[in-house]
Amino acid sequence: MSKIHVNATVNGDAVEYLCEPDESLLDSLRDRLGLTGSKEGCGTGDCGACSVVLDGRLVCSCLVLGAEADGRAIETIEGLADGDELHPLQQKFLEHAALQCGICTPGFLVAAKALLDKNPDPDETEIRYWLAGNLCRCTGYDKIVRAVMDTAEEMRR
Amino acid sequence: MNKIDDISGTEYKYVGSRPVRPDGLDKVTGKAQFGADLYAPGMLFAKILRSPHAHARILSIDTGKAEALDGVKAVLTSTDLQPGEGADDLEDDMDHVLENVMARGKALYDGHAVAAVAATSASIARKALKLIDVEYEVLPHVTDIEKAIAPDAPVIREDMYTQDMDPKPDKPSNIARRMEIGHGDIEAGFEKADFIFERRFRTEAAHQGYIEPHACLADYRSDGHAEIWCCTQGHFMVRSACAALLGMELSKLRVTASEIGGGFGGKTTVFIEPVALALSRKCGRPVKLVMDRDEVFRASGPTPSSVVDVKIGANKDGVITAGFAELWFQGGAFPGSVIDLGTMCAFACYDLENVKAIGWDVVVNRPKSAAYRAPGAPMAAFAVESGLDDLAERIGIDPVDFRLKNAAEEGSTAAFGPKFRRIGLKETLEAAKASDHYNSPLGPNQGRGIACGFWFNFGGTTSASIKIELDGTAMVTVGTPDIGGSRASMCLMAAETLGIPYENVRCVIADTSLLPYSATTEGSRTTHSSGMATVYASENAIKVMCGRAAKIWGIPEDAVDWKDGHARPSGANAGEFEPMSLADIAKKAHETGGAIAGHCEFEAGKVGQSFGTHIADAEIDPETGFTKIVRYTVIQDAGRAIHPSYVEGQYQGGAVQGIGWALNEEYIYGEDGRLQNAGFLDYRMPVCSDVPMIETEIVEVPNAGHPFGVRGVGETPIVPPLGAIGNALSHAIGTRMDTIPMSPPRVLEAVSGG
Amino acid sequence: MRYLAPASVGEAVSALAAEPGLSRILAGGTDLLVQMKTGLAEPDLIVDIKKISDLTEIRCDGSGFRIGAAVCGAQLAEHGELASAWPGVVESVNLIGSTQIQGRATPAGNLCNASPAADSVPALIAAAAVATVAGTGGTREVAVEDFVTSPGRSVLENGEIVVSLNLPARPENASDAYERFIPRTEMDIAVVGVGVSVETDSDGRITAARVGLGAVAPTPLLVEDAGRALVGTKLDDEALEKCAAAAMEACSPINDKRGTIDFRIKVAGALAKRVAARAYRRARGEQ
Repeated sequence: MSKIHVNATVNGDAVEYLCEPDESLLDSLRDRLGLTGSKEGCGTGDCGACSVVLDGRLVCSCLVLGAEADGRAIETIEGLADGDELHPLQQKFLEHAALQCGICTPGFLVAAKALLDKNPDPDETEIRYWLAGNLCRCTGYDKIVRAVMDTAEEMRR
Repeated sequence: MNKIDDISGTEYKYVGSRPVRPDGLDKVTGKAQFGADLYAPGMLFAKILRSPHAHARILSIDTGKAEALDGVKAVLTSTDLQPGEGADDLEDDMDHVLENVMARGKALYDGHAVAAVAATSASIARKALKLIDVEYEVLPHVTDIEKAIAPDAPVIREDMYTQDMDPKPDKPSNIARRMEIGHGDIEAGFEKADFIFERRFRTEAAHQGYIEPHACLADYRSDGHAEIWCCTQGHFMVRSACAALLGMELSKLRVTASEIGGGFGGKTTVFIEPVALALSRKCGRPVKLVMDRDEVFRASGPTPSSVVDVKIGANKDGVITAGFAELWFQGGAFPGSVIDLGTMCAFACYDLENVKAIGWDVVVNRPKSAAYRAPGAPMAAFAVESGLDDLAERIGIDPVDFRLKNAAEEGSTAAFGPKFRRIGLKETLEAAKASDHYNSPLGPNQGRGIACGFWFNFGGTTSASIKIELDGTAMVTVGTPDIGGSRASMCLMAAETLGIPYENVRCVIADTSLLPYSATTEGSRTTHSSGMATVYASENAIKVMCGRAAKIWGIPEDAVDWKDGHARPSGANAGEFEPMSLADIAKKAHETGGAIAGHCEFEAGKVGQSFGTHIADAEIDPETGFTKIVRYTVIQDAGRAIHPSYVEGQYQGGAVQGIGWALNEEYIYGEDGRLQNAGFLDYRMPVCSDVPMIETEIVEVPNAGHPFGVRGVGETPIVPPLGAIGNALSHAIGTRMDTIPMSPPRVLEAVSGG
Repeated sequence: MRYLAPASVGEAVSALAAEPGLSRILAGGTDLLVQMKTGLAEPDLIVDIKKISDLTEIRCDGSGFRIGAAVCGAQLAEHGELASAWPGVVESVNLIGSTQIQGRATPAGNLCNASPAADSVPALIAAAAVATVAGTGGTREVAVEDFVTSPGRSVLENGEIVVSLNLPARPENASDAYERFIPRTEMDIAVVGVGVSVETDSDGRITAARVGLGAVAPTPLLVEDAGRALVGTKLDDEALEKCAAAAMEACSPINDKRGTIDFRIKVAGALAKRVAARAYRRARGEQ
């Protein structure tokens, strides 16, 4: 199996890597680029822990081939903060205790940011359905949803 | 140590506040390193070959072709591991751990590990698995409790005779052990009853459902030293188990607990760590082993499934006259399910004159069960709380009042023996009764249920250290992995004890080489036990600092007091000195006797049981059987909430796990004995849109055994939901629900009068 | 395994025809990558069709809509004209999986996966959608209700690909709806799925109706009797009951981990009524 040469943009930086043809983008990000913030909870698109934004669309990186990223732009959890300055969602997740173990947190943050980019004023139901593809087993979702609502409110101000 | 009278009304400066957790930043930026996030130079990737059969004799394993594949560096079978000795801190029998980690002679369940491969890439490892020839003789299997205890069942363990039976059985069976607890005379109690409830309840197995699959990186060095990095609730436990199975000295194995992506009890034992370590020993390179999600479902440790017969009698005045339960739990293909804990918890919430519970430990062809949040209690409570609900209705008494009338309190003798010290069950019931939720109206097709729950809390061997740094900050090390924010709690307790700001205290989880033994994060013990150790270590550091101040001032050590972060002369006789802050003393440490630290190694006791009451409103769609939880409230005694946000988080998370278990989660085995839903798609855990906000109320009845009054809160929240939701649905439908999960087909059948 | 991302349908078809081993088409990949991960599919060749620009667009003209085979679910929701003409089709596609899945999964892939439980297929059947199939010998049209032949199998021959799904233009007073039953609110495979499309006269009398059913038989079904039960009525209770009865009659489900025979049949009847009522309300401009 010969490897595929991929040129992509990750969090604004040009990157290149060699991947196997059947390798997921998640594995390429983690094993080739050292970006381990995206997590594998299932590998089948059911948990959202590997959520990234691919050319502006929220996707599960476990359901994208590493090879498909050639020529495309990817945003991951590692690119959410602006240098030392946290994204308001990150700050609110901390303040609201919206994480316990933290394994699902990168996926939730990436997904929640995609929501607020599209809809700056989501109601609770919209938030819950948008985030239905992100499993959290610790929090019961309560504090996560509150953190997203609070962020949206703050960002609208 | 403080006494209860000292602390019940105490206001604290840091304890009870809600600061940002110390590990938070790394977790919101993707920097936190979990089990699968570590890489080592020259690292190999390992995969495990698993049995496709529920029960089969392994006639032969031919690994020749796999070993010959380019890139394969080691292939492992059960002969590479040995029966361990010396791991007596493990609750599980080491022979069973060994047998579960890698099948020996027989595959006992679908997914049982049979062989493992380490190779230069994951895809080569996967290819190599296909080249391993295993010859099986398929044997008859049984995965269901009631079938397993039937006389004609295939016997899974030919050498297993039911223990603690009189007389001893004369032939082997699938029942490992019988146990019984209770007091009084239940027959006399039932005689006095005006109303009797009697019914069989069943629950299907649930999985903890942590989002992070088991993962580890093991590196065995040529000099016999080794390191393991893994996600676990107990790295000292991992060290004991791995050292035993590989015949290593404990001090040669260093285990580091990574950040852990959820455990809920499921990471209190070993599955893959000994395999990775043995592979590493075989090929001399670091080996990374990460389970796929289907392996997590098939071959880690779900809960037992259960059958519970319950009989409860009460008189017209609402006094329970007798309670009886008989419970059968299957713990997979190994003896040692949590039947003891389930049996003990069944009636723990109630002060009964006559009570008896009998437990049966059953083996079936399923994976070895592990702990899951209050292990055993939810199944027992489901039956008992359903029975109480039915009785309250028939007596014509409010279900909260009925429970209040019979609730355990200080001095009540628990069904499992001891007398309770001060507990807060009644306070949670009173709070439920007064809550807005309980007094709100219901809509059409809705029903309301309430239920109570109990969990013991564990203590155990615990260690902590605190160093006072030269700059006046403090570093706490504990040995209990942080699964839900415990580092924040340790920092708060240390800050409170030392009298310095929370921001000046850090906490890390020390690896096994850096701190004396600490028992696993389980049994709701961490905030209690490691918290106590942190407080005592801090007090020991304070003693040292008082000594340093005494030295500087030239007065006796016992003439120095510590208050609000300062050493002070204890009175006018001690002399007139300006109080010295922790930072002042720390700065001079090297001139006054060296570095300053405090330690605590102890056996934690004096745990405070935590009781809770839940209120659930469920709405059904009578045409489809779909259930929606429209409102849910958790009220629980925390003793003292160190960080209230994370206490609420425990309440909310446990409740939602309970909602999932009650409604949709289940292990589904086919006729062939294979697990049919080994993935998140069909093992239906609640998603965000399934649940409402979970309302919480923290009741604080301090535990006199803890310096701040802490009761462990992690587990009780999953005990009441099955009963609360079962009761809510039973009212919405008008039929008693007795089988978990109460999935749409079951609800629709009940609606249709089936 | 080889990965190809051709720029034209011709190249894609030639590559597929030339592959002696197992080949699979990659559109959204939300089924294919799962099958690869779980070992159910081990293709020798993957042909990614997302670089074929013609397949990544939704086109609309007087004759209707042409949805390229590489168009993902989120694109359907963002296409205002399509969403207002065929709200049932769009809602059926948007029910597939999570937001993340919507960013990838395509309705054409949902059809080609040939699952009896595919969410979009009953709605496409109700909508009288037609798939355009390209092969080395040219293109052909296949009605969606004829596309799936058994669980996991379709009419596609070796070397053929679906290039688009085509929906007719909508007259006045017409609409559609789709609903499915799942045990949770999201993230499940349909236990029962019902799509209904209706056209009415200006008076509200139904002039044409089609009912598609999913997850209750080895393939998604067009239930002509259920549609017929609605035609000529103003959707009174009797029409709804007849429609539900026809839908239930058409069911031949199995017991499996997602539902029982009895449950599926009952729910098919209940949903048929709800979905017909919703499609009718939409056609009447009430929703």
